[in-house]
Amino acid sequence: MSALSSPAGVVRGAVLDLTAPAARLRRERVFQGLLLTATLLALLVMVTLLTDVLTDGLRRIDTGFFTDYTSRRPEDTGVRNGLTGSLSLMVLVAAMAFPLGVGAGVYLEVFAPDNRFTRLMQTNIANLAGVPSVVYGLLASAVFVYLLELGRSLISGALALTLLILPVIIVATRESVRAVPPSIFNGALALGATPWQATSRQVLPVAMPGILTGTILALSRAVGETAPILVAGAVFSRRADNEPWNLLEPFGALPVQVYDFIKRPQPEFQIEVAAAGIIVMLVVLLTMNSGAIILRNRYARRR
Amino acid sequence: MPTLQPIVAPRDDVSLAARSSRWGERTIVSLLWFAAAVSIVTTIAIVVVLLEEGLRFFAEVPLLDFLTDTAWRPFGDVESDAFRAGVLPLVSGTLLVTVIALIVAVPLGLGSAAYLSEYASARVRGIVKPALEVLAGIPTVVLGYFALTLVTPALRAVFSPERISIFNAASAGLVVGVMIVPTIASLSEDALSAVPDGLRAASYGMGATRSETIRRVLFPAALSGIVSAIILAMGRAIGETMIVAIAAGNLPTLTANPGAQIQTMTGYIVQAVGGEAPRGSLTFDSIFAVGIVLFLMTLGLNLIANRVVRRFREAYE
Repeated sequence: MSALSSPAGVVRGAVLDLTAPAARLRRERVFQGLLLTATLLALLVMVTLLTDVLTDGLRRIDTGFFTDYTSRRPEDTGVRNGLTGSLSLMVLVAAMAFPLGVGAGVYLEVFAPDNRFTRLMQTNIANLAGVPSVVYGLLASAVFVYLLELGRSLISGALALTLLILPVIIVATRESVRAVPPSIFNGALALGATPWQATSRQVLPVAMPGILTGTILALSRAVGETAPILVAGAVFSRRADNEPWNLLEPFGALPVQVYDFIKRPQPEFQIEVAAAGIIVMLVVLLTMNSGAIILRNRYARRR
Repeated sequence: MPTLQPIVAPRDDVSLAARSSRWGERTIVSLLWFAAAVSIVTTIAIVVVLLEEGLRFFAEVPLLDFLTDTAWRPFGDVESDAFRAGVLPLVSGTLLVTVIALIVAVPLGLGSAAYLSEYASARVRGIVKPALEVLAGIPTVVLGYFALTLVTPALRAVFSPERISIFNAASAGLVVGVMIVPTIASLSEDALSAVPDGLRAASYGMGATRSETIRRVLFPAALSGIVSAIILAMGRAIGETMIVAIAAGNLPTLTANPGAQIQTMTGYIVQAVGGEAPRGSLTFDSIFAVGIVLFLMTLGLNLIANRVVRRFREAYE
């Protein structure tokens, strides 16, 4: 203490260089540079991918590409049945997955007693989210296609995708419901509402934007999924040239069609037509995701 | 404890119980219960389906052969010489792709996690994080196209076409790696951000630089979260189907050569279904036998990941 306050100490402190040695600083900069490179590399890959798809496929897209069925000739082929099939799937999956997922999420967050069965359900949902999508295809193939004799049909594919995205919607619902202040729920109860009235009229409207965002994102995942419907339903387009108006009819889907194009021997199919199909699919997904983001932003502003 | 005396004498004619039996309420709650139970039914159905169809396969093929034989050709007559049903080539193909993917994804994922959590400004984070979400949302069939039409030709140009076949494990593995980067990055970033600022401040106070703090303080503190992120990503790589079905080929090979054509478990499932093996045939049942192995591997990794988080979590506050 006395050494520090002595005049000699002050002088010594003044010449003390507090900046780190140059080698150490250089190491810092190299480390930061490496981290930045890692971050940018993943994004660079994505940009490369999108540019590649656009340059390969954009010139192949014309109105015929949307209105034509699949053809053996690359110049005549189109994604009509993939597009209609994917849109039908989307509607069906939404109609089944939304009520089931929201119902399950609300039950677990609001009504479930804290017992062993509830905990089992929660662990189970977490584990289901990690099951590979192709396994859902196997499940749907055995249960819906063969056991219930629905065949390789629109409804089999939609059921497979519904089960696949259910855990995602449940988790999104639970998080959105949990974010609603409990005072809203309790206030409703205090005014004489039943728990379900309080939930359906007070809590759910507040939680709905978050639930919808999660649902749309889950649906866009379902639309891009190939493996489960390849195993459990979708038929390669040349044998399913129809609009699937009937639940029991065979159907095509955009990702399955893209896979089919990639697998064909002719390079025109493999490169150009596949890329054009990918562009159509990405536009559908982008539209859905922007919808989800707009919803999220509007919700964030209002709060 | 003295019993509480009501200030006003209780009235017998007032009841706080609901006047009706509230059957509507009870119906709705049981409907919600059913919705939640669907997930349990799904799990049970997956297990039952895999076991039932898979056991039919093991009635014909001894389990020991399945686990030890080194060739996978479950086609035709079980008695013929060409018939071999060892799952090892499919498992080794899956693991080869997964290892390549992890070699790519672990440095990239952890690097971006550390950058986003410790260096990036709010503006950079606001651009990079949504971009990673977009990457995570790209359908895997698109990534498969990328692997086959862009990565494979590049690999063949850099190495020689003799060493890299048209379908190969390396190209599929690299792209699967890109696919799982967002998983590792976002979960590890959560783990790093959850480390209390007190540890950072203490480390800087001791004279450590930022990189020293990240490497010696933050990574060890967030280790449980990072390890479970990597394990979860590994599970996704093992279960990934379309990239390998498109780019890795369909020749089950017991090899560690990344340039060789291989087949993964998921790739076999898609190929066998596409070949439309008739139901009831041994080939059809073999799909489910492979499904059992795939399901057990991914479930095991999930359980381990949950365990790691619970057991090794550093509890702060």
